Amino acid sequence: MANQQSSEIRYLAPITVDIKKKKYCRFKKAGIKYIDYKDANFLLKFVNEQGKILPRRITGTSVKYQRKVAKAIKRARHLAIMPYVADLLK
Amino acid sequence: MHFLKRQGQFNHYKHIKQIEMLRQYETVFIMTPVLSEEQMKEAVSKFQDYLKKKGAEIVFEDQWGLRKMAYPIQKKSTGFYHLIEFKAETQLVKELELEMKRDERVIRFLTVAMDKHAIAYNEKKRREKEAAKEAEEENK
Repeated sequence: MANQQSSEIRYLAPITVDIKKKKYCRFKKAGIKYIDYKDANFLLKFVNEQGKILPRRITGTSVKYQRKVAKAIKRARHLAIMPYVADLLK
Repeated sequence: MHFLKRQGQFNHYKHIKQIEMLRQYETVFIMTPVLSEEQMKEAVSKFQDYLKKKGAEIVFEDQWGLRKMAYPIQKKSTGFYHLIEFKAETQLVKELELEMKRDERVIRFLTVAMDKHAIAYNEKKRREKEAAKEAEEENK
């Protein structure tokens, strides 16, 4: 109580401190061992609007699974399940 | 095989003339949409027969039907997708791919060697599909 009274700065609304959410690898967390290249809807989560593969620093995927994601996307592209180049994919 | 040449390192392979390696593969191929239903079936059965003749064991097959492709191939925007899962010798994959390359009806193909996770995943997916089917029938 004594501390609160002595503090001079008062906020109207509680200040929001950005607590960075820890990124995690969804494959490790969910225990997914195999990434299917035929499942376009799932792979769509790992590309941007142009159909480019998103980097690990954004998705949080671990190295091991990023390689597998990349491979699956490349396979899907070959079979025209996913586009090589796109506009407004999402 | 290339590694047999380095016999100094692999002396214990000397007595084996030909190493047989049985693996599970998954081939997806796309056929032109200009084919009629019968022509398409004929083309599919050609590859099935080819695999069987060469001693491969077909594990699973799936017809995806006419699908829209993400980008045009040979100026066609749709294609018949067909998937074959089979167990075969390593050598057979090359032969099968050559056969597909020669076939004008096939516009794209991909063969993937399956590891144990892939096999487990596919089996699980198949079982789920069957369970869903059964549940549907029960509802009827």
